[in-house]
Amino acid sequence: MRILLVEDDAEVGRFVKKGLQEAGHTVEHVPNGREGLFMAASENFDLLVLDRMLPGGIDGVRLVETLRGQGNHTPVLFLSALAGVDERVKGLKAGGDDYLVKPFAFAELLARCEALGRRPAVDAPATRLKIADLELDLLSRTVTRGGKRIDVQPREFRLLEHLMRHAGQVVTRTMLLEKVWDYHFDPQTNVIDVHVSRLRQKLDKGFDKPLIHTVRNAGYMIRAEP
Amino acid sequence: MSPPPHPRPDLAPHPRPDMPHAVPLAAATRRRGQHPGPLWQLLSSAGFRFALLFAALFLLAGLAFTGVLWWGTAGALDRQIDAAIRADAMALAERWRDAGDQAVADAIGERLALDAENQTLYLLSAPSGQRLAGNLEALPQGFAPDVQWYGMSLERDGIPGEARLFVLPLPDGSRLAVGRDVEEKLRLRALLTEGLAWSAGVALLFAFAGAALLRRALERRLAPVTATAALIAGGDLSPRVPLSGREDEFEALGHSMNTMLDRIAHLMEGVRGVSDAIAHDLRTPIARARNRLEEALANADDPAALHSALERGIADLDNVTRVFQAVLRIAEVEAGARRAAFAPVDLVPLLEDAAELYGATAEENGQTLRTEWPAALPLTGDRDLLLQALANLLDNAVKFTPDGGSILLKAELLEDAIVVRVSDQGPGLSLEDRERVGERFFRADSSRNTPGSGLGLSLVRAVVQLHGGTLWFDEGHGESLDKPGLAVCFRLPLA
Repeated sequence: MRILLVEDDAEVGRFVKKGLQEAGHTVEHVPNGREGLFMAASENFDLLVLDRMLPGGIDGVRLVETLRGQGNHTPVLFLSALAGVDERVKGLKAGGDDYLVKPFAFAELLARCEALGRRPAVDAPATRLKIADLELDLLSRTVTRGGKRIDVQPREFRLLEHLMRHAGQVVTRTMLLEKVWDYHFDPQTNVIDVHVSRLRQKLDKGFDKPLIHTVRNAGYMIRAEP
Repeated sequence: MSPPPHPRPDLAPHPRPDMPHAVPLAAATRRRGQHPGPLWQLLSSAGFRFALLFAALFLLAGLAFTGVLWWGTAGALDRQIDAAIRADAMALAERWRDAGDQAVADAIGERLALDAENQTLYLLSAPSGQRLAGNLEALPQGFAPDVQWYGMSLERDGIPGEARLFVLPLPDGSRLAVGRDVEEKLRLRALLTEGLAWSAGVALLFAFAGAALLRRALERRLAPVTATAALIAGGDLSPRVPLSGREDEFEALGHSMNTMLDRIAHLMEGVRGVSDAIAHDLRTPIARARNRLEEALANADDPAALHSALERGIADLDNVTRVFQAVLRIAEVEAGARRAAFAPVDLVPLLEDAAELYGATAEENGQTLRTEWPAALPLTGDRDLLLQALANLLDNAVKFTPDGGSILLKAELLEDAIVVRVSDQGPGLSLEDRERVGERFFRADSSRNTPGSGLGLSLVRAVVQLHGGTLWFDEGHGESLDKPGLAVCFRLPLA
C-alpha cells in the first residue's frame, strides 16, 4: 500500500514509518497539515494516517474535511492524543474512517491500516465466504466445514464473518469489540478471547488443521495455511 | 520588543548599597495598605450607601410633603387675597360703568372708612394720571399699561410693609387700583418656612443616624462570612460560616457558601486522593516496567530473556496507559461533558450484550450467569458508558465469585426508575469498605491479589451519577457466612 503519514512528532513519525515500511508498505511522511493536504490532494494514496493536532494552520480534521469536499475518498485513520469520546466522534464526522488513540501498540495500528487500506471500494454482494474447507453462507446464515454443518450462535456468526472478510489480516481485540459488538469501551479483561476460543473450538472440533490463529501481541487471523 | 518603561535597578549607574528594590516596594506596600481615612471608609461602605439611598428617598418624600403643605396654606392664602382684590376691583369697575367717577370715589371712601385695620389700598386716577380718590398717592413705580399685578413696599406709620396691587384700566383711560396689605401673610409664610427648615434638619439627622445604624447592622451580619472567607483564603479549608438560624438573606448566603465550601473540600479531597493513588498505583507498574527494561539491558546477551523482559515491560506500560485512560474517563464523565451526547436508549439490548460478553467468561469458570429483566427498559443516556458500567460490574462479579458459583444480573422497571442489580457470591464487602469503595483506586484488602486497577466502581458510580442515578451496595446471594457475596445496585431515573 502507498500510505501518507502526517505526523508532527518526529519520533512517533519515524517509528510509524519504519514499522509500516517493514510491513511492506510505501510511506511518505510529512510533518504538517499544509504539506499533508498538498500531498494528499496531488498524489494517489491508498491510505492517509493523520495526527489530529497538527501545526501549520491545518489540523487533521480540517485536512480531511477539505479532501472530502474535493471528492477525495481515500481512507483516513486518525492518530490522536485526544481520547475524549466526543473527539473521536468529531474525527469520524469530519470524514475519518477510524480513530486510534495515542499511545498505541504498533500491531493495533498496522492491523487497522491494513483493514482500512484493503477494504473493497464497493462491498461485493458476496453471499458466500470461503477459507480452505470452511464455508459461510451469508443468506442462510449457516457455517459448514468439510461439508459438515457447524452450529454457531448469531454473535459467533458475526465474529466469524468479520474474521473471514479480513482473511489473512490481523484483527485486534478492540477491532472485534468495535465491529462485531459495536461498542467503544474498555472490557477490562480479555472477554473477546473467550469468545474467539469458543468459536475456535467449534470450528476445529474433529479437524486437525486450525483455521483461527492467534497472532502474538496483536490479535487473531483466519487463514488456510498454518 | 518595546523598551522597558523604567530603567531596571540593576542597570542604574550608581547602585545604592542598600537594596534598591526595597525602597519602592515598601513605599508601594505602604501606599496600598495606608489607612484611607474615615470619610473614604464611610463612603465606600455598601451599608452606608444603602442608608444614603434611603435617606435621599426620605428627603424626597419630605420635600413632596412640604410642597403640598405649602401649596395648601401659603399658596391658598395668596390665591384667596388675589381673588378678593379682583372681586373688589370688578365691583368698583361695575359701579363706574353704572354711575361714573364720583360714585366710585364715594364707594372707595366708604370702604376706607370701614377698614379699621388699614389693610386696603385704593386709587382711582384720571387719564391724565391725576388722583381722583383713594389712599394711594400714585400708581406703583415701574407701572406698565399691560401689567395688572404689582407687588409694592410701602411704609405706614413708620412700619415697612408689603402690599399686592391690582390695576384695572377703565374704558375712558382712567385707572382703578385695588390693593391689600399682605404683611400678615408674609409673617405666616416665614413661620411655615422656619418650621419646615427645622423639621428638615431633624429628618436629615434621623436619616444619617439610620444610615449609620443600617451600616453597622449590615456589617455585623456579614462579619462571619467575611471572617470565614478570610480564614479560607489563608489556607485552612475547614471553617464554615456560623449560621444564626434566622432564615433571612444572610442566612441563605452563609448556607450557600458552606455548600460551596463542602463541594470544594470534597473536590480537594478527591484530587488529593487521586494524586496519592496515582503515586501508589501508577508508580508501581511504572517502577516495574523500568526495572524490567533495566534488567533487560543487563541481560542483553541472552536474546530470549531480553525478549521476554521487553515484552513484559511493554505490558506494564500498557497497564499504566489503561489506568491513566480510566482516570481520564472518570474525570470526563464526572465533568458531565458527555450529557450532550445523551440519546434515547433501551437498556435491554445492553444487558443482553453485557451478559453475552461476560457470560462466556463466566461459563469458562464454571459459573452460571442468571439474568432477569422485562421486555423493554427505555431511558435517555449514553450507550457506551452504560455498557461500560455493566461490564465493570460483571467483570468484578466474575472475578470474585468462586468457580462453580452463580452471578445474578437483574433489572426491573419501576414507575419512575430502572433498578439494576448485579449480585455475586464472592467475599462481599465489610460495612466500612462499602463506604470507601467507589473512591478512586480503593481496593478491599481481600482483593489485593486480584488483577484490576481499583477504578472500576469509581467509573460505575460516575456513570450512574451522570445519569442522575444513585449507587448502593447490598448483601449478595452467597451461600456461606465467609462469602456472603456482594450486590451492587443502581437506580436510573426515567425522567
